[in-house]
Amino acid sequence: MTQDNGNSQDVQERIGVYVCHCGTNIAGTVDVQQVAEWAATRLKRRGVVIGRDYKFMCSSLGQELIENDIKELGLTRVVVAACSPHLHEATFRNACQRAGLNPYLCELVSIREQVSWVHTDKVAATVKSQAVVSGGVERVLRHEPLEPLRVPIHPATLVVGGGIAGIQSALEIADAGYRVYLVEREPSIGGHMAQFDKTFPTLDCSACILTPRMVQAGAHPNITLLTYSEVEKVDGYVGNFVVTIRKKARKINEELCTGCGICQEKCPVKVIDDVYEAGLGYRKVVYTPFPQAVPKFPVMDVENCTYFKKGTCKACEKFCPTNAIDFNQQDEVFSVEVGNIVLATGYDLFDARRVTNYGYGRLPNVFTSLEFERLSNAAGPTNGSIVLRDGKTVPKAVGIIHCVGSRDRNFNNYCSTICCMQGLKFAHLVHERTGATVYNFYIDMRTAYKAYDEFYQRVLEEGTLFVRGKVAEVTDVPRIKDEEGHLIIQCEDTLAGKQRRIPVDMVILSIGLQPRADAKETAKKFGLSCSADGWFIEKHPKLDPVATMTEGVYIAGCAQGPKDIPSSVAQGAAAAARVLGKIQQREMALEPVRASINQDQCSGCRICNNLCPFNAILFHDDRMVSEINPALCQGCGTCVAACPAGAISGTAFSNEQIMAQIEGLMLLNVGEEITL
Amino acid sequence: MSDESFEPTVIGFTCNWCSYRAADLAGTARVKYPPNIRLIRLMCSGRLDPTFVLKAFSSGADGVLITGCHPGECHYLEQNYKALRRFHLLRRTLQGLGLEPERVKLVWASAAEGVKLAHEIASFVEEIRALGPLHWGGNGSNQSSVISGQSTAHAFKEVPA
Ligand SMILES: Cc1cc2nc3c(=O)[nH]c(=O)nc-3n(C[C@H](O)[C@H](O)[C@H](O)COP(=O)(O)OP(=O)(O)OC[C@H]3O[C@@H](n4cnc5c(N)ncnc54)[C@H](O)[C@@H]3O)c2cc1C
Ligand code: SF4
Ligand code: SF4
Ligand code: FES
Repeated sequence: MTQDNGNSQDVQERIGVYVCHCGTNIAGTVDVQQVAEWAATRLKRRGVVIGRDYKFMCSSLGQELIENDIKELGLTRVVVAACSPHLHEATFRNACQRAGLNPYLCELVSIREQVSWVHTDKVAATVKSQAVVSGGVERVLRHEPLEPLRVPIHPATLVVGGGIAGIQSALEIADAGYRVYLVEREPSIGGHMAQFDKTFPTLDCSACILTPRMVQAGAHPNITLLTYSEVEKVDGYVGNFVVTIRKKARKINEELCTGCGICQEKCPVKVIDDVYEAGLGYRKVVYTPFPQAVPKFPVMDVENCTYFKKGTCKACEKFCPTNAIDFNQQDEVFSVEVGNIVLATGYDLFDARRVTNYGYGRLPNVFTSLEFERLSNAAGPTNGSIVLRDGKTVPKAVGIIHCVGSRDRNFNNYCSTICCMQGLKFAHLVHERTGATVYNFYIDMRTAYKAYDEFYQRVLEEGTLFVRGKVAEVTDVPRIKDEEGHLIIQCEDTLAGKQRRIPVDMVILSIGLQPRADAKETAKKFGLSCSADGWFIEKHPKLDPVATMTEGVYIAGCAQGPKDIPSSVAQGAAAAARVLGKIQQREMALEPVRASINQDQCSGCRICNNLCPFNAILFHDDRMVSEINPALCQGCGTCVAACPAGAISGTAFSNEQIMAQIEGLMLLNVGEEITL
Repeated sequence: MSDESFEPTVIGFTCNWCSYRAADLAGTARVKYPPNIRLIRLMCSGRLDPTFVLKAFSSGADGVLITGCHPGECHYLEQNYKALRRFHLLRRTLQGLGLEPERVKLVWASAAEGVKLAHEIASFVEEIRALGPLHWGGNGSNQSSVISGQSTAHAFKEVPA
């Protein structure tokens, strides 16, 4: 024992160590009892007065165990060895608080995600758990009691994306009496749902259920609708975000425009509408994407406008009865303050051209699901007639291929969730409107959720033919006379154990959903992460599917992953409920993880000044010292690591805490014998 | 301990937003990696003070893995670039001190890359195993106090393991 460095005396603190079994999740690999006993004996000199193991530490009984020990044994520090702090840090901190111990004097160390679930050797896992506990003990010894930072919550909310999920969120929050800025990049809100004809499983008309919601959102006194707009920048943090928005120039004066549509009628230039009509129809250069668009104001597509290209035309201006056309209008850039943000940016569709063997883009009568939605839509380019690409021939046989680009190792591994139901919906519509023979080619039929399987039964009874097997090829090269002039679907029928070649007139590809092409950039802008597939990652896949790791930023709808309309609406409402909960608290507690500069120690070198990503460090010219604004500091710790004078310290992540944790972790070597 | 049965001990620094979550994900997905690594959570890789690495070595670690968000994905905008710069400087310093610079490695891992992190850990442990033990911590040697202004030898160090 070395007395010389002053470290060998007993510490003053009284620490309780709690080791969780997590059923068999931890106890199956780690000798939890051993870890607890070891901590109580071997770390006694480090202040550990009690070591316990318990089946489920997070249960109310487990928490009571800690609370009682704090009261009865006078614990001053607590270490819990269990699951990830991302899961239960708050649980154990709250337990400490209930027993009168400052919650920041509790440390949760992970021996489940980082030990029992990733290691197989029981002895090594037990030794590592001991080391991890020892690291936690050393660290917690350096913890200080902290008070959370209280920040006010701005009552306004930003909703990004005006699809059904975003609209639902916006309406819920606005109805509760709070301001919402609804930012949509397209000229109208509505999202994908505005393109559909009927919606499964009830077959109610999409426009009939969506339009009233759009109108409500457009007219709501608490909703500021910002269409044809994008978020450029997000500053600040939960409760106090400052969002910079670019409202693109529509070239229409919204104060004057009545939405009469004369400009649209008179504009002489037609271009293919790749967005709303999925390339099947045309729109004018000055246009509203569809008649029920909200807001009613048209936009001018400057790239294709004759006036902008050649300097003459201005037909729209001549005919506009209210002088609303404004060729000189510029983009407006402004910022709004909000307390919370809901991201509901939706999805993109898989590019069917990538599956070259299905011939999309090469064989005219191969359609995508979105094209079919437009074809079957009464307000679409064919007024709802289901016809071939020539615009008149009604198909006699139609093949619908499921899972295009989904559940496929070459493209997207995941199931796009909605494609089976969508394929069934199409089968029904084709059957009803054309009387054609319909084949559905599927890998597995996935019709979970309310009334979905019933819909499948109904389509079966209508006489749709189902072939189970992945389609190998769609071709227009006949082998026999009967195939001439048709598209032939080559497929293995796995139920009959046969190769089949089925001639049809029209093929519909049930293409999968994909993250937005710019999802990564959006994620970065709002401080989120994307999963390996590119969807926004939720805080917890089961227990918190609407919050994210960034406080105050929520996600809803397909931006989080493929889902149908009911789930998108539910998630939109759930996100709204979370935002409202925050707003009603008026202020919220933030983790007091902040840096501060000891003014006496600062040499004024200014090294830290430019390191801070949030410009939280200011320099006092008069006194020649730097100071940190705690409201702006987010606690990354970069300045702490950089200060040559050691003048900066971070609460909850001080040098002393981390150094001590390193020492604690190194108490045992890997492969060391465990002895008590 | 003979060098044949040498089991390296590695300290890993993870950032709260990406690599620590990747480690969590490796756990939830039950991806296996060697138990030689012990992780410390920092708020950001930018928090990594190079003296932490020296501290780890002087406390007996044979290797140090630094992990953070991918460039451009740092939760605090660009602090991982600062970590990258420090990492390069640190490697040169280690070389100057006569240590194999390969004992420190920097790995980017997003919150989705549990499998990648597990693989990186596994291969780093093997790289360190190949380098052999560092023996820098020594018994009771106080090199660390020179580096960090802190003492390493706690009372528990004396308890024979
Ligand atoms: C062919 C097809 C048929 C379907 N049929 C059905 C059905 O019958 N029944 C059913 O329940 N489900 C159906 N679905 C699924 C349905 O489309 C989705 O569940 C629903 O549309 C998801 O809504 P959302 O608001 O999440 O996304 P979206 O509808 O994609 O809306 C997102 C909105 O955000 C906007 N946006 C995106 N990025 C930004 C940005 N950076 N800034 C500003 N705005 C942005 C977009 O312009 C869009 O308006 C179908 C899907 C497809 C592909
Ligand atoms: S780096 Fe340290 S010493 Fe230099 S200005 Fe910042 S706080 Fe002061
Ligand atoms: S820890 Fe330092 S660098 Fe990081 S946000 Fe706070 S003041 Fe800025
Ligand atoms: S937050 Fe992960 S490296 Fe900065």
